[in-house]
Amino acid sequence: MIDSQPDFGRIILTIIVAMCLRIVPWPGFLASINPDWVLLVLIYWALAVPETAGIFNAWTFGLLTDVLTGRVFGQYALSYSLIIYCCLILHKRLRQFPLPQQGLFIFCCLLFSQVLLFWLKNIQHPDQLHASFWLPVFTGTLCWPLVYTALRRVRLSRRAK
Amino acid sequence: MAIIASVALLITEHTSHKLDSLRAALSIVVDPLKYLIDLPTVLIEQADDAVSTYSTLKKENTQLREEQFIDKTRLLKFDSLEKENIRLRALLENSFKLGEQLLIAELLSINTAPYENIVVVNKGTRFGVHPQQPVLDANGVVGQVFRALPFTSEIMLITDPNHAIPVQVNRNGLLTIAIGSGQLNRLNLPFLPNNADIRPGDLLITSGLGGTFPSGYPVAVVDDFTPITNKPFVNITATPKAMLDRNRELLIVWSDSSSVSLTTQPSAPNEKTPEGVGAGTTP
Repeated sequence: MIDSQPDFGRIILTIIVAMCLRIVPWPGFLASINPDWVLLVLIYWALAVPETAGIFNAWTFGLLTDVLTGRVFGQYALSYSLIIYCCLILHKRLRQFPLPQQGLFIFCCLLFSQVLLFWLKNIQHPDQLHASFWLPVFTGTLCWPLVYTALRRVRLSRRAK
Repeated sequence: MAIIASVALLITEHTSHKLDSLRAALSIVVDPLKYLIDLPTVLIEQADDAVSTYSTLKKENTQLREEQFIDKTRLLKFDSLEKENIRLRALLENSFKLGEQLLIAELLSINTAPYENIVVVNKGTRFGVHPQQPVLDANGVVGQVFRALPFTSEIMLITDPNHAIPVQVNRNGLLTIAIGSGQLNRLNLPFLPNNADIRPGDLLITSGLGGTFPSGYPVAVVDDFTPITNKPFVNITATPKAMLDRNRELLIVWSDSSSVSLTTQPSAPNEKTPEGVGAGTTP
C-alpha cells in the first residue's frame, strides 16, 4: 500500500471541522444522538497515516475537546489516547477489514470511550443518566462509513492532483 | 506517557483549581470555534432585523416605549419602598443589601453535552465574570456561572441534576431547597415534609441563604401535587419562571455583599441599578 502523506494541516483542518460538528446545536432529538465526531476522525487518521497521526496528536486534541465541551481536564485526552493506541497497534489488520467489520471495531472503540466517560463521571459525582447517554455510540458506528469515505476522498484528493 | 499525563491531569483538576489558567489558555484556541458555530444564528437574526418592515419596527417601538413607561413608574414606587425598607431595617438594627450590578450576556447557540443543562454565553473573565455568579433573565433565576473562560463562560442552569438552589415560599417564607431534575421545565423539592404549608401555584423565590444567589428573585411556581399520606416526604415539583429554553439574553449579576451602615445614606458608595436605569433613560 502506497501511503500518500497528507500534510499535517489537512489533518488538523478535518479535526477542526469535527470539533465544530461536535458542538453544533442540533435540534431536539438529534442533539442527544450527536456522535463523537472528533474520535471518528482521529481513528480514521490513525488507521490511514499512523506515522503522522500518533498518540500525542490524539492526546492534544482530546485536551482541546475537554476545554471545548467543558469537561474535567484529561477526560477525553485519556480515552482518545487509549483508543488511538489500540488503533495504531491494529492498524495493519484493520485496514484489510471490510467496512462492516471495521464498523464493529469502531463500535467497540466508541463504547469503550463512553464507558470511560461514564465511569469518570460517576467518580466525580454519581448521578443518574438518561439512557440516551449511550445512543451516540450507535449513531457513531452508523456514521463511520460516511466519515471513512469523506476522509478518504480528502486524503486522496491531493494525490490525484 | 499520555495516559499518565491524562490521569495526572484528571486528579489535579478534581482536587484543586490550579489548572484554571491552563484551561483559560487552551480555551483561547477553541473559543473561536464556538463563535464560528454561533455565527449562522447571529446572521439570521441580523437578516431578520434588516428585512422587517417599517410598520413592524414602529409597532415594536411603541410597545417598548409603553412598557418602559410602566416600568419606570413602578421603579419610582420601588425606590421609595426601598428607602422605607432601609429605614425600617435601621430601626430593627438590621443590615440591608445594596443593589446589584448587571451585565447582559448573550447565549451562544452551541451544544456541549446533551445530557447536561449547561449553556455557554459570550461574556467571560475579560468582562470580570467569575464562577458562582448568579445568572437571571427577565422572568426569574436562570442559574449560576459554572466556569469562566476568557471569552466565554459556562452557565449551569437551575434544572441541572447537579444544581441545588435555596428557595423560600413567597406566601409564608417556608424555606427549602430546589434541585434540578434534568428536564428544562421541572425542579424537584424533595425535602418538604408531608404537612408542609405549600400549595400548587405558590411562588418560590430565592432565600439568599448560601450566599450565591441574592434574595428575593422569583425562581419557580409550584405544580399540582397530591400528598401521599403514608410517606414522610411529599414529591413536589415546580416549573421554573425563567424561560430557560427560549431566551437568548441573560443577565449576569454582581451582588454587592457589603451592607449599608445604619447611619449613612445608601446611594453614596456605588451606582445602584434603579438609579442607573433612571439616569440612562432621561430623554
